[in-house]
Amino acid sequence: MKIVLQELTKRYPNQNKKIKEDVVAVDHFTFEIPDGKLIGLLGPSGCGKSTTLNMICGLEKPTSGRIFFGEDDVTDLPPENRGVGMVFQSYALYPHLTVEQNIMFPLENFKGKDKLTREQMKERAKKAADLVQIGELLERRPKELSGGQQQRVAIARALVKEPRVLLLDEPLSNLDARLRLQTREEIRRIQRETGVTTVFVTHDQEEAMSISDWIIVMKQGVVQQIGWPQEVYDKPVNLFVASFLGTPPINVFRARAEGGKLYIGGAAVLDVPGVPDGDVTAAIRPEGFIPCEDGPLVCGRRAVETMGRDTSVVATHPDFVREEIRTIVPSGTRVDAYAPTVSFALRPEKTHLFDPETGERIPFGEETGHE
Amino acid sequence: MEREDFDRIEQAARRRERIRSAVTYVLLALWALIVLFPFYWMILTSVKSYSAYNAEYVPRLFTLAPTMQNYADAFTAVPLGRYFLNTAVFTVLTTGLMLLVIVLAAYAFARLSFPGKDATFTFLLSLMMIPNELVIITNFVTITDWGLRNTFLGLILPSVTSVFYIYLLKENFEQIPEELYKAAKVDGTSDFKYLWKVMLPICSPTIVTITILKVIECWNSYVWPRLITDEPTRFLVSNGIQEIRENGFGRENIPAMMAAVVVVSFPLIVLFLLFHKKIMEGVSRGGTKG
Ligand SMILES: Nc1ncnc2c1ncn2[C@@H]1O[C@H](COP(=O)(O)OP(=O)(O)OP(=O)(O)O)[C@@H](O)[C@H]1O
Ligand SMILES: [Mg+2]
Repeated sequence: MKIVLQELTKRYPNQNKKIKEDVVAVDHFTFEIPDGKLIGLLGPSGCGKSTTLNMICGLEKPTSGRIFFGEDDVTDLPPENRGVGMVFQSYALYPHLTVEQNIMFPLENFKGKDKLTREQMKERAKKAADLVQIGELLERRPKELSGGQQQRVAIARALVKEPRVLLLDEPLSNLDARLRLQTREEIRRIQRETGVTTVFVTHDQEEAMSISDWIIVMKQGVVQQIGWPQEVYDKPVNLFVASFLGTPPINVFRARAEGGKLYIGGAAVLDVPGVPDGDVTAAIRPEGFIPCEDGPLVCGRRAVETMGRDTSVVATHPDFVREEIRTIVPSGTRVDAYAPTVSFALRPEKTHLFDPETGERIPFGEETGHE
Repeated sequence: MEREDFDRIEQAARRRERIRSAVTYVLLALWALIVLFPFYWMILTSVKSYSAYNAEYVPRLFTLAPTMQNYADAFTAVPLGRYFLNTAVFTVLTTGLMLLVIVLAAYAFARLSFPGKDATFTFLLSLMMIPNELVIITNFVTITDWGLRNTFLGLILPSVTSVFYIYLLKENFEQIPEELYKAAKVDGTSDFKYLWKVMLPICSPTIVTITILKVIECWNSYVWPRLITDEPTRFLVSNGIQEIRENGFGRENIPAMMAAVVVVSFPLIVLFLLFHKKIMEGVSRGGTKG
């Protein structure tokens, strides 16, 4: 079932009575989610992810805009008529019911011709429980389960109705790091097995990148970029997206473009054909630095951290906007541990230029047709 | 330090510990005796025969010839069975109605939003400051004006609500995470079903506690029924006992009255023993992290 969002907008009256202006939680969100895909909705806290999800599932009414599931306009339908399953951040399991009763709860509300007998309900609950591999825990109560198991129960409860759309609101944020890794794989597997169109909300970029078919990056209610994860990582449309994705974060420099060359601190560090002359912001991924003796970008050397697979060189530069530059270089690379400076050459595909005022991407090189 | 010193100190400590617990137990036992004595006295008197009781110039602490005659008297000389029935009806109706009222009120205050909600609730809370004795007078006038004296309705009406219990339940309802409601809504649960299937079960320890407290209150209520009923057919047990003492037997029959008191207290004691565990046990509140 594809989901179409058309100019979806949600305003809340401001809680602070003195400010007349509404809070715009979601601002003209337009997108078509293809059938059977897993979409990662990504953004910092308060950017409107939950609000978007709540509008898709029907818990919140959009201020304007429309929502379609397939060809059906569901904007005015109550949640139960939309056929959505939702998993909440805190799982929201009913503490007084057993796992089985929890999973069966949504089925008890079926009316008319959909009404199920007790046996059918039990059967479906069992099927959903087996799908998330908690078939043996059916008699337990939520408090007798680990966080990961509660999480699975919540997913089973969302899936038992055989929803057209599955919505997950930060489902992993209560799990510890290892369980998170494991559970996100699990979610991916379940999604593949059921083929249900899924929207997955998170503020963890790594999580979103690793399991999504598509990611949507949001900021203050406005969609910044939509694309498949590698594309968004490789071609961020603005500085916000570039800074939001990637660990360690991208390194941002004040720079100048002149005559097709990029200058940082007076040194020409990279050929950037097709960029008009003027000030730019240069953002370079940690893996975009190549240490070499005669590299054009000369930085103060702070530390060399060996992390096994690769090495992190921590450096400083007067035109760098924050404290320290973090680079990642292959562990075989020789870095002189005593020299006061370290020089780098840059990889053009890992370097991004942005307008210092608007933060918009400035294309260069191949992107603009120049070589 | 020498080994012997160590042993000596340890022994002394142990001795002190033993003395302390002995003293504690003796004191507790004394306290238990004091608390239980009236019960013992009640049961003892109820099995003394009328003549034996009156023959004792100084009441004895035991009896060698227990009799059940007083119990038979209590049920035959006055309509104790009738009083029992009245009290049972009164208690069940009042408690049931009150639960209905407070659950709905607490739900409204906890979950719904309507204009003036906070003001109304504060106003309700402030009503708790008014002493009961004052309210009784106006209630008496109202009920009398409505011609409801000597009716169950008149008995029940003033106690079908309780601000304190509404407050208690509302606090409890508000502890339930909002996400449970959202989850229920996504699954198409109606508000009423959510209240019935989710909120009430989760809050069942509070509900049970409130029910028991209310039952006890109803069973023991004396002043209001005394005021509002003067026909013996509408008497509750508490008034019934008073009636027995005053003129039930044509003379003052203390042992028979004590027998009636034992019979009347019995259901409450059973109730307490039955539900004592239930209150403690509680229903799990886990399941929602974060
Ligand atoms: N009921 C409400 N009334 C007023 N403002 C609200 C309401 N709900 C959300 N907002 C505002 O809307 C914005 C978006 O909130 P939302 O919950 O969607 O953020 P989020 O992206 O899910 O954040 P998080 O990652 O912290 O969960 C926030 O600025 C929030 O303050
Ligand atoms: Mg959120």
